[in-house]
Amino acid sequence: MSANIATFATILFSMILVNNYVLVQFLGICPFLGVSKKLDSSVGMGVAVIVVMVIATAVTFPMQIFLLDANNLGYMQTIIFILVIAVLVQLIEITLKRYIPALYNALGVYLPLITTNCCVLGVAILAVQDYGGDVAEYGFGFAFAEALVCAAGAGIGFLLAMVLFCGVRSRVENADPPESFKGLPITLVSAAITSLSFMGFGGLVENIIAALL
Amino acid sequence: MAEKQSKWKIFTAGIIRENPVLRLVLGCCSALAITTTVSGALGMGLSMTFVLVGSNIVISALRKVIPDKVHLPCYIVIIATFVTIVDMVLHAYMADLYQTLGVFLALIVVNCIILGRAEMFACKHTVVESALDGLGMGLGYILTMFLMSSIREIIGSGSWLGIQILPEGLDKFGLMNQAPGGFFVFGCLMAACIWVERKLNKPIERKTCGEVLLEEQDAKQPATAEGGADQ
Repeated sequence: MSANIATFATILFSMILVNNYVLVQFLGICPFLGVSKKLDSSVGMGVAVIVVMVIATAVTFPMQIFLLDANNLGYMQTIIFILVIAVLVQLIEITLKRYIPALYNALGVYLPLITTNCCVLGVAILAVQDYGGDVAEYGFGFAFAEALVCAAGAGIGFLLAMVLFCGVRSRVENADPPESFKGLPITLVSAAITSLSFMGFGGLVENIIAALL
Repeated sequence: MAEKQSKWKIFTAGIIRENPVLRLVLGCCSALAITTTVSGALGMGLSMTFVLVGSNIVISALRKVIPDKVHLPCYIVIIATFVTIVDMVLHAYMADLYQTLGVFLALIVVNCIILGRAEMFACKHTVVESALDGLGMGLGYILTMFLMSSIREIIGSGSWLGIQILPEGLDKFGLMNQAPGGFFVFGCLMAACIWVERKLNKPIERKTCGEVLLEEQDAKQPATAEGGADQ
């Protein structure tokens, strides 16, 4: 049991810190640069991404295993996944609007942005790539749990990057860079420095988890 | 955009004047991720151009057939078809490149350059014009990728297109090959671009597609009760 917890914790924290989707793997740069101006919109977008990522992976992972792989249709992955994600986002939007209007008012604005956001399709594809092979070895339940933890970690990493970068940005906005660097260029350079700080986590997570459990 | 444009103008627009990455700030993800080596960047650029031209042609050919209400899902299916073609061809014939591009090959589907051009250009113009637009935009994308990857590969690994340029003994600045280098080079290139614009007295306002979409949402929010317009 403790071995399982260690596996899941390692996946979760390495997705958040070591393989951070935005700052290390370059997935979802558009919302990262576009929405991180204000703290409330960063948090809103981040939470919406976590929700959509987990639900999308929960749907696409079984689809890949039972529908595509079982029928030798692996090459249809891209088309099926993007359609499923587009439909899912639409469904989530409708459901939220109908049943939880308060949450819809907070997150609804960001949902359409997420459909064509590469981090959601990215996590769906990468989860299948990394943990699809575990189905044969450990059974579907375990692999599915791994994929979900991976998706949740990716989403939390996105939220963390957004919130951290929002703080960096509010400082940069008051700074006085050279005229040519004003606006996006200085934002990108500060993103480089933020991403530099995440490189320090490489190799750290496995050792800490092993020491703790 | 004026309706009557010469074909040459449409073709050259994407290369410098409306360079997708540096001026329109579209498709940053792949531009940051796949520019550690020149060969990988060129491969990505060519795949992107193929998908861009193909989807632009099909979308503009079908622009009168696709119903307005479901246009986005239709575009996505068309684009995904071309991406799948590239994916299968590269997997079969260029395994190394396929490995380098990794997940970003499939992610061409959600690259904002392609959906952006479909939405802004292909759905309003003829097949030939759309093909030229796709080709121009693709060349602009390749050009930017080429520049960025050249800087990163020379500084980061001391080589260019796999050929050793800097002396072997020299210490390499390996950070350029990693994530921070991507952001840094992209920021500096954009600053250089802005510097030139300022010299030519033609500054433009840059907006990432995230901001543009969010503003559209804000404008739409009070007016529409049923969110039928999107997706």
